[in-house]
Order: sequence, then structure tokens, then C-alpha cells
Amino acid sequence: MADASQMDWKAIVADPRFHALHRKKTVFLWGLMVFSVVYYFLLPIGAAYFQELFRIKVFGPVNVGILFALSEFVVAWGIAFFYAHKANAEFDPAAAEIVRDIEKKYGVKK
Amino acid sequence: MSSRRFAFAAAAVGLAVVATPALAQGAVADKWRWLTFLVFGAIIASTMFVTYLAAKRVKNVADFYTAGGGVSGLQNGWAIAGDYLSAASFLGIAGLISIWGYDGFMYSVGWLVAYITVLLVIAEPCRNIGKYTLSDILAYRNNPKATRIVGAISVITVSTFYLTAQMVGGGVLVKTLIGIDYEISVVVVGVLMLSYVLFGGMVATTWVQIIKAVLLVTASIVLVIMVWSQYGFFGDFLNNVIADVKVQARVAQILGDGARNMSPTELGTRFLEPGLLFKAPIDQISLGMALVFGTAGLPHILMRFFTVPTAQAARKSVIWAMAIIGGFYVLTLFLGMGSAMKVGADQIRAIDPGGNMAAPLLAQALGGGADSLLGNFMLAFVAAVAFATIVAVVAGLVLAAASAMAHDLYVGVIREEHVTQQEQVRAARIATVIVGAMAIAIGIAAKGQNVAHLVALAFAVAASANFPCVLLTLYWKRCNTGGIVAGMIIGTFTAIILVLVSPNMTYPKALKAAAQKVVDASPAKIEKLTGDLAAAADDAAKAKVQKAKAAAEKDLAAAKGTLDKFKGDDTSIMGLEKPLFELRNPGLISIPLGFLAVILGSLLYRDKRAEDMWDELYARQNTGILASKAAAH
Repeated sequence: MADASQMDWKAIVADPRFHALHRKKTVFLWGLMVFSVVYYFLLPIGAAYFQELFRIKVFGPVNVGILFALSEFVVAWGIAFFYAHKANAEFDPAAAEIVRDIEKKYGVKK
Repeated sequence: MSSRRFAFAAAAVGLAVVATPALAQGAVADKWRWLTFLVFGAIIASTMFVTYLAAKRVKNVADFYTAGGGVSGLQNGWAIAGDYLSAASFLGIAGLISIWGYDGFMYSVGWLVAYITVLLVIAEPCRNIGKYTLSDILAYRNNPKATRIVGAISVITVSTFYLTAQMVGGGVLVKTLIGIDYEISVVVVGVLMLSYVLFGGMVATTWVQIIKAVLLVTASIVLVIMVWSQYGFFGDFLNNVIADVKVQARVAQILGDGARNMSPTELGTRFLEPGLLFKAPIDQISLGMALVFGTAGLPHILMRFFTVPTAQAARKSVIWAMAIIGGFYVLTLFLGMGSAMKVGADQIRAIDPGGNMAAPLLAQALGGGADSLLGNFMLAFVAAVAFATIVAVVAGLVLAAASAMAHDLYVGVIREEHVTQQEQVRAARIATVIVGAMAIAIGIAAKGQNVAHLVALAFAVAASANFPCVLLTLYWKRCNTGGIVAGMIIGTFTAIILVLVSPNMTYPKALKAAAQKVVDASPAKIEKLTGDLAAAADDAAKAKVQKAKAAAEKDLAAAKGTLDKFKGDDTSIMGLEKPLFELRNPGLISIPLGFLAVILGSLLYRDKRAEDMWDELYARQNTGILASKAAAH
């Protein structure tokens, strides 16, 4: 059975399919990451510096602050599901294809 | 096997003896204590049974550290929730909301958002690269010995801080709830946790965490449904909060003079708006950074990703964990505000000023109050869940610290990987006993200390040292041994030193000055109140003045106590008269410094292995090639 030291990792990384996967993932993941961090820090910043805005009532007893805090949960879940969807639909099949070829080449047992 | 079984039985008997309680007064009345012990007993018995079953499945070292990689995504999601939702978040956040309203709820958000970092950039690569510990990831392309040493130091530091907070918090909690002596409850928590980890390794730890998470979520859902049936769902519920007399009184109490011209509705509305608790926004931002980046560096959370078979299962487990943890915090809003109405901040703070008793007292009140069977059953149940919570979190922490000690330091550094399976399992068990004994000893030694900031400190160290190192070794080509060593050391020490000189420490001079002011002003105040008492027109006015006088006398006694306690003592443990550094959480400074240290250390150091191994690491972390073999070799 092949182990890591016998594999030509340079060639694997140089594979254009790997390159494409890596680029797509990098842009997608770090984009989402930056968005989620910025969105999160809007909450403590807003609660500290925009209290008048947070006090505005939207409907009934519900004010902007409560809605914004609840939206943090919805956004976090939304990001999680969006990422899972993207990874299942795009990243996993692309990675699986690369892995299949390598395993065939080096005779890695499943 | 028979000797193992004997040891297990001996531990169980020992526990039963230790658990025979020395009783004092707690939230549960004497008359109902049997009920609490019944529920406790049922939970302990079921976790012990699970441990007994798990013990048979622990045959090699991979079983011990990672349950052989055989945990499913769904199971791991529940276990992560069980590992993460400590007593601080279960009881603490409900308490904060019940006492401070909106700010408490806002505080809970960061604990969930933290998992986005874990999901997007940490969980899957770690599953693809790592084996048993955080240092495995660091050692992959860097000098294994050097990175295992600094990694293990950081892991043990973070786990010890977290562990101390849990042990002390747990001891206080059990004492407050049922009046068992502090030392005894620390020993009971310690012995229980030790028996889970020692005999059942990660298999038992996982199941204890799952059981605890299921119990916690069930208890919360039941309580919230009862709260809704009484106060209405969302909009009606919030209207009831605004109109509640206890809530209005609490806001008036917080605002003091500022509340003089506010109508009752304005007071109630204020409870749903920010700013009652948090006065220094920069502190919130700094804490938020420690949470959002620190969770991804917590060794006991990272370790959970080695228990699943694939990166896909790791992903699935974070998504489940986010659903459970997030759902739980949304429920906490109703638990907290529900107890603010049903129980009231005064009564909650009377038993515990930090508010930790809000959820248990709410359960008792919803069930029919202090004299009813159902009320006491519900209190007993919530108390038992709180207890299970502490044990489950502590078990995960001990396993993480023990694996750093046995796998990284002993097997990796001292024996240089030349060890048999049997020796590795034995080393893991010995390390577990050492860490467990240490946890009990620290728990008892730290009695009466204020340890609330230790959890925040654990997150800060994880965010400033572990997170930059793990992230950059996974994603930055030029990262190398020099960067990891520098980042771990500078991140860890900056975070600790900044906390040691921060306002979290006790500064006797300032405390004494404040106490002296009270002592100086009190005689005149009490004299005036005595005059008022004589002049009071009716019984209601009299009662009010009487109460104010009693409060003034209590303040005076407390101030005198403070002066006595710090007699001849002017400085904090660092020899400071006042804080050098104003932030309560060091994250804002120490996280960027940690990153800077990794970057500069890497650029200033040459390490051919780190460069040569980059392609291999990067291909593997992205694709998961050979990942299923990672756990086996």
C-alpha cells in the first residue's frame, strides 16, 4: 500500500483540477468568513454606538436591537446551510475525482 | 478484563460512599432533597452503564482518544453541543438575561457565531490532517518535537484554566442548589469524570456528552413551552415583559436616579434595549474576538473532529452543533426573561448575585412553587442537568489535556514514537489520572476564588496562540516551526499577562477606598433613616424605611468586612495598586500579536521540512486523500 512519502505531491498540487478547486474554495470560504465576522461585530458596535437606532420599534414591542440579535442566529444558520450546500454540490465531487485518480495511480486500497 | 471490571466496580462503590452528602442549606429545601438525589442517581447510573458498555470497546489507543473514528456526524454534533454548553452558558446566560435583559441575550450571540469559524476553516482540514491532538496538526510539516512541546504547553494551559473554572463553578453550583459541601461536590465531579474517561475513553466521554446535551435541550424546551403557555409566544411574551412589575422595578433599580422621570412602561421597555449591563463597548468587542476565534482553538472542541470518519461527517457535525447550540441560546432568551417575570431579579440575586439560579428557580416556580411536588421535581431535574453538564464538559477537557500529556509529550517527545499500542493506552490512562487528580486538587485549592474570568482567559489564550498557529500552518505556505514556536509562546503569555494586570484582578487599594467611603458615610445615613422611621406616617412607609435601613446596615457591615480582609494589603497579586491595562478581555491586543508572532517567526526562520511538506499538507487538507488511513497508521 502506498503511503504519503511515496506520492508525488508536487504533481498532485500542480493538477489544474486541484488548482481550480483550491481557488474556488479559497474565494468562497474567506469571503463568507469575512462577511460573518463583519456581520457579527455590527451587533456589539451597534448596541454601543447606535443605541437610538436599536431602540426604534419595528412592530409591537419588538425593536431593531432584538430583531438584529435574532438575525445573527438566522445569518449564522444561513451561512452554515449555504456552505454545506456548496460543499456537497461542488467541492466534494471535485475533490473525489482528484482522489479517485490518485488512488488508482498509487494503488491505495479503499 | 476481570481486573478492569473490578476496578470499575470499586470506583462506583467509592463514589457512592463519597456521595453520601454532608448537607447544608441550598435552593432545594431539606424536605425535597431526596427527589434531587433520585434524579441525580438516575443520571449517574445511566452514564455509568454507558461507561461500562464503552469500556469493552476501548481496545487500542485510537479507541481511547477518538472512539476509533467511528462516531457519526449527528452523534458528534450532539457531543460538540454537550462539550461546549458549559454551566456558564446554560445557567450563566439565562441568569444574565434575567437580571440585565437585552445585554445578556446579545452576549449569547458570539458563542454561536464562533462555530462559523470552526465550520469554514478549521473542522474539515483538521479532520483530514490530524490524528489525536491539536499538536498533530502543528507537527505535520513543522519540527515535530518543538511544535509538540509548545502545542502541549498551550493545550494544557487552556484546558487547566477552563477546567478550574468548571470545577470551582461546579462545586459552588452544587452547594447552592442542594447544599452539599463544596469539597465533596468537587470530589464527586472529579471521581465521576475520572471513571468515565479512565474506563471508557472517548467512547464514554462522547456518550456522556450526548446524554447531557439531550437532557439539557429537553429541559429547556419543556420550560420554554411552560413559559409560553403562561406569557404568550414572541410578541405577547415581550409585551408581558414590558408590563411586568418585577421587570420595571429591576430596571428602576439599575438606572437609579436616571429612572426618576420614567413611566412604568418606559422602564419595562428599557429592559429590551441595550446598555443596562455593558458600559465599555470595547470590552464587548474584545470578548467577541476571543469567542469567535478562540472556539476554533479550543483543544477539547478540535479533538471532537478526530472522532468522525470523514471530513463530510465533520462538516455535518458542526452544522448539527450549530443548530443545537443556536436553538438553545434562542430558548435561553425566553428562560431568562421568563424567570425575570416569574421569579424576579431580586429573588434570583438573593440566592446567587451572578444570576446562576435563574433557570432552576424558574423551573421550581413553573412547577407550582417551593412547596409543590412538581415544582421540586422540576428543580431537581434542572439541578441534575446542571450537574451532568459540568461532568460532561470536564470529561472532555481532561481527555484533551491527558492526550497532550501522553500522546504529544510522552509518546512524541520523550519516546520519539517508539512505543507499543499497550504502552500508549497505559500512558493515556496514567495521564488521565494525573490530570483528573490535578483538577480535583485545583478545584479544592481555588475554593472561594473568583474564577469567572478564567473561561474568558481560556478562550483568549486559544484565540491568541492555538488559533493563529493552526490556521496559518494549514493555509499559509511560508509558515514554519519558527512561527509556531513564537506564536504559541507569545500568544499564550501575552494573553495571560494582560489578564494579570487587567481590572479582573482584585485591587485592594481601590476596594478599601470605596469601602472607607461607605464606612464614613454610613453613620449619618443610618441616623437619618432612624429619624425617618420615627416620622413615618403609615405602616407601608415604615416598612419601606425599615428596608432601606437594613440595607444601609448591611452595606456598612460588608464595607467593614472588606477593610478587615485587606488590612495592610495594598496591591494585587502582581503588586499593582491599579490595573495597567483597561480591557477585561485581552483578545483585541493578544490575537493580533499572536498572528504577528507566527508571521515574523516564520519569516525569520528557515525550515526546509515545512516548505517541502507544504504540497502534501495542502493537497491532503483540501481533498482528504489518505484521511481514512490517518487514524489507522
